[in-house]
Amino acid sequence: MTISIRSVEKKFGRYPALNHVDLEIADGELVALLGPSGSGKTTLLRTIAGLEFPDAGQVLFGAEDVTFASAAARRVGFVFQQYALFKHMTVAKNIAFGLDVRKGAEKPSKAEIAKRVDDLLKLVELDGLGSRYPSQLSGGQRQRVALSRALAVQPSVLLLDEPFGALDATVRRSLRKELRRVHDATGVTTIFVTHDQEEALELADRVAILNAGRIEQIGTPHEVHDNPVSPFVCGFVGEANRFEGTVSGGRFTSGAVSFGANGVRDGAAVGFVRPHDLVLDDGGLEVRVDRVHVQGALASVSARAADGHHIEITTSRADAPRFSGAIKVAPRMSHVYPA
Amino acid sequence: MTAETLSAPPSTPARRPLFRRRSAIPGFGVTLGVTLTILSLIVLIPLAAVAIKAATLSPSQFVAAAFSERAWAAYRLTFGAAFVAAVINGLFGVLTTWALVRYEFPGKTVINALVDLPFALPTAVAGIALATLYAPNGWIGQFLTPLGIKAAYNPIGVTIALIFIGLPFVVRTIEPVMRDLSADVEEAAASLGAGRLATIWRIILPALGPAWLTGFALAFARGVGEYGSVIFIAGNMPYKSEIAPLLIIIQLEQFEYANAAAIAVVMLGVSFLMLLLINAIQAWSRRFV
Repeated sequence: MTISIRSVEKKFGRYPALNHVDLEIADGELVALLGPSGSGKTTLLRTIAGLEFPDAGQVLFGAEDVTFASAAARRVGFVFQQYALFKHMTVAKNIAFGLDVRKGAEKPSKAEIAKRVDDLLKLVELDGLGSRYPSQLSGGQRQRVALSRALAVQPSVLLLDEPFGALDATVRRSLRKELRRVHDATGVTTIFVTHDQEEALELADRVAILNAGRIEQIGTPHEVHDNPVSPFVCGFVGEANRFEGTVSGGRFTSGAVSFGANGVRDGAAVGFVRPHDLVLDDGGLEVRVDRVHVQGALASVSARAADGHHIEITTSRADAPRFSGAIKVAPRMSHVYPA
Repeated sequence: MTAETLSAPPSTPARRPLFRRRSAIPGFGVTLGVTLTILSLIVLIPLAAVAIKAATLSPSQFVAAAFSERAWAAYRLTFGAAFVAAVINGLFGVLTTWALVRYEFPGKTVINALVDLPFALPTAVAGIALATLYAPNGWIGQFLTPLGIKAAYNPIGVTIALIFIGLPFVVRTIEPVMRDLSADVEEAAASLGAGRLATIWRIILPALGPAWLTGFALAFARGVGEYGSVIFIAGNMPYKSEIAPLLIIIQLEQFEYANAAAIAVVMLGVSFLMLLLINAIQAWSRRFV
């Protein structure tokens, strides 16, 4: 199901939560809504779900205008951060709920429901746990139940609100892979909200970056990471060293730091350099290394420029010994925006 | 005993006695000690005294005192009216709590305070007020009389008094639970296609179950023991509208202390069994927590 959001606006009191948001999502796509808290990402997701209703604008599922249709009528699968499982029902009953509440001819037979529950439990690798109560499951298992409960109704779109937010790092990573696998297996259009850029970049086909109720940029993880359109996106997606300075004649200068800024107009500007874009260069900026921290195949180097500006550099572990004492570095790539 | 069982190693490792287990939570000895002392002084010893007093009767005297036809009628009325009142409070209490927890409206704090009033009001005051209102010529009773309903000086009057007395127990026990129900769960139900009725019936009410049973049990127990408000509205006719606590008082006034104790023992026994049963149902309904 394609989903179109057309200049949607939503205010909570006087606070604008969504400000002219436009978004097109293709059938079968996996899209991340990424942004800091208060950026409107959850409000946007809930508006798509039919749990919030916009003050202006349109929400379309396919060609159908569902702007004011109820959540029940939209047939969305929604997964909450805190699982929101029905505590008084077994896992199997939880998953069956969406089918069980259907009426008349719409309602599948008992055997069909049981079969569907079994299939879903297998899909999320929880077979055999159908008769447990949610309180007897771990956080990761609960979220898998919530996921299969949402999938049971064969939703037109699967919506997940910070689905891994309440889980620890290991479970998070494995569930992330799981969601990707489930998405690929079912082909259901999926939108998830996260404030974790790593999660968004790893999992999504496309990432929409929200800030203050607007979509700042939407694109593939590569696009938003390598060609951020604004200082906000540059600072939010991926690590970056931030410099405040001026551009004059196509060159950005901030204290001792200086690099090319083609096509940026003269005046005050902010420049960003990603830690892995800083390489040793005899003609570069002189910095002193404070600390080297090795993590897996990479090494993070904390250094300081002559003017005291803190600079982060990422290099390969093999190269780490060369980063000690006074070194000279230059950016391979940089992003400069007029301030 | 065979040699085999003698030589068999102990199947479980030696454990400390139940009351001596180490625990990081302080105060087990003190709190349990104080609890048992107070329970003994306030509850157990007086109840034992009742039983001892009743035991001065011979078995046939006991049966004659505790299971006379008049006593049977009183038990039926007491437990029956308390049960009906608790059921009505169970329904009405859920609605009241729903309104108080879910919505903001002018005068909410006043209504909130009104719910607690039966806790504080001297029960005799409540009984006199209810009797005056529901009497055939009272403010409310005058409208019921033409409909052929007599709401005072009969078992209906008893039930009305017990509804009044029991309401806060239901409301105050389910209120915190209803407050804690997260909106997420209802939204999840809605997104899965459940209508509002289905959400209430299949999600919200089952979640309230254990707390509702507690409230029901408290209201019921209070109703069984209630005396002050009931006697003013009951009419107190033997075999018809005489509650068991009143029968006990009547026996006491006639200096038949042992007979009074016999009736009290029966009430105690029945109440205890019913509360035990309700607790068991409750434990079962909490299996998923």
